[in-house]
Amino acid sequence: MRKLLILGAGTAGTMMLNKLHNVLDKNEWQITIVDQYETHYYQPGFLFIPFDIYTKKDVIKPKRDFFPTGVNVVMSEIDRIEPDKNRVLLKNNQVLSYDYLIIATGSKIRPEETEGMKGELWYKNIFDFYTIDGALALRNFFKHWEGGKLVLNITEMPIKCPVAPLEFVFLADWFFTEKGIRDKVEIHFVTPLPGAFTKPRAASILGDFLDKKNIKLTTEFNIARVDNENKKIVSWDEQEIPFDVLVTIPTNMGDEAIERSGMGDELNFIPTDKHTLMAKGFDNIFVIGDATDLPSSKAGSVAHFESDILFENFLDVIDGLEPKAKFDGHANCYIESGFGKGILIDFNYDTEPLPGKFPLPGIGPFSLLEETKMNHYGKVMFRWMYWHLLLKGQELPIESQMTMAGKRV
Amino acid sequence: MAAVELLGKTIELDADGHLANMEDWSEDLAKELAKQEGIEELTEKHWMVINFLRKEYQETGSVPSIRKLTKQSGVNTKELYQLFPKGPAKKAAKIAGLPKPKGCV
Repeated sequence: MRKLLILGAGTAGTMMLNKLHNVLDKNEWQITIVDQYETHYYQPGFLFIPFDIYTKKDVIKPKRDFFPTGVNVVMSEIDRIEPDKNRVLLKNNQVLSYDYLIIATGSKIRPEETEGMKGELWYKNIFDFYTIDGALALRNFFKHWEGGKLVLNITEMPIKCPVAPLEFVFLADWFFTEKGIRDKVEIHFVTPLPGAFTKPRAASILGDFLDKKNIKLTTEFNIARVDNENKKIVSWDEQEIPFDVLVTIPTNMGDEAIERSGMGDELNFIPTDKHTLMAKGFDNIFVIGDATDLPSSKAGSVAHFESDILFENFLDVIDGLEPKAKFDGHANCYIESGFGKGILIDFNYDTEPLPGKFPLPGIGPFSLLEETKMNHYGKVMFRWMYWHLLLKGQELPIESQMTMAGKRV
Repeated sequence: MAAVELLGKTIELDADGHLANMEDWSEDLAKELAKQEGIEELTEKHWMVINFLRKEYQETGSVPSIRKLTKQSGVNTKELYQLFPKGPAKKAAKIAGLPKPKGCV
């Protein structure tokens, strides 16, 4: 028997499990997946919870609903990977050996990395929306808030879903308009980047949307600490921005087990070949999703496109061949812009987001870098696709390699 | 491709405004690049950072992040922002003749 071990049953790990389970011969392969939590969260849904658009039950399902039968499921925290011994030690004292390893341990927020972030105002006036607890606490805060300074701050890059902070302020603009208190809420988007987004053309177009929606933008602000007493965030070069409510995107880091294994960079992300998705320096370890150090977005769409590439390369490698499929960094993001509209971007390592139509050139139905109702429906539909197709490893009607067709240069 | 005239030579730049050819770099050129970034004089601490970046780049093929810099170069984050105001990683990499750090997408 050959052994495949998958670490992490989030979006990426679950997709790989289902895809490979469908094709690997059950008489030859034993597949094991490890995770410490029973609940699967639809993370793109967290964004909508503070604005009471989704509830908790819209974003959770049991992980076991997505595991095919015949797979060995182990619920435990990972202690460490010992790649030179081809084995993984678990916190429940189990030792799992493998022939091939797929690491999908993701990334998570680390508010304690910033001085004062988890101080006395945490979940009183300071919130994240990258966890279910943060999103729910913020919903409860907004319910009774009568207005003031709302500051959204990105601590440092890279972060999971780089468009979510923008969506958050767009939705806040809509939410407080509907509530009739938009004139009492000052929305301020504070980022360490030189613009509203990471890529120049999208940054300029998205920056115009901020302007249009009367959202203030401060760029190149690198937060050093939170001053709880005076409700201010302070940058390394001593700029200060006051807040009544701070919505923070804290430092994102890979799992501590990666650090314990000595396999990560300074943020616990694993050095990964950006085309083959193999862990650098190993010929039997693949890495997928947020756990990699790839210069691509940390997003579900990226994990999805990676899963097609990893699938092909895995099947080559177990047959003793060189991995041939090459990941191009493709990302595809629906940006909720409020008032029932959305903006869509599609890009990869080499091509920044461009205007045009998607997925059918000239037809759409989605419009790239434009605000349309149809783009919003795309986002709404996606939740259904996520639960029913994507996690189960089924084909989606989008190519894993980005195409220039339909884009205007 | 963009180019600038520095020290009597035409220096080619990449799309991000960093040196296109690392061989063009010299300590004297670094001083000129620093001036363009508004840093009039490169102190010993500046050089500690620049040399650390160049060494890391030669060993690993990529420009280290601020986090790695502060962990290993012996200069803390606060100082780093004083030495290279605004974006220290980007600015220091530019002066060191290296490409823009990937970090963010």
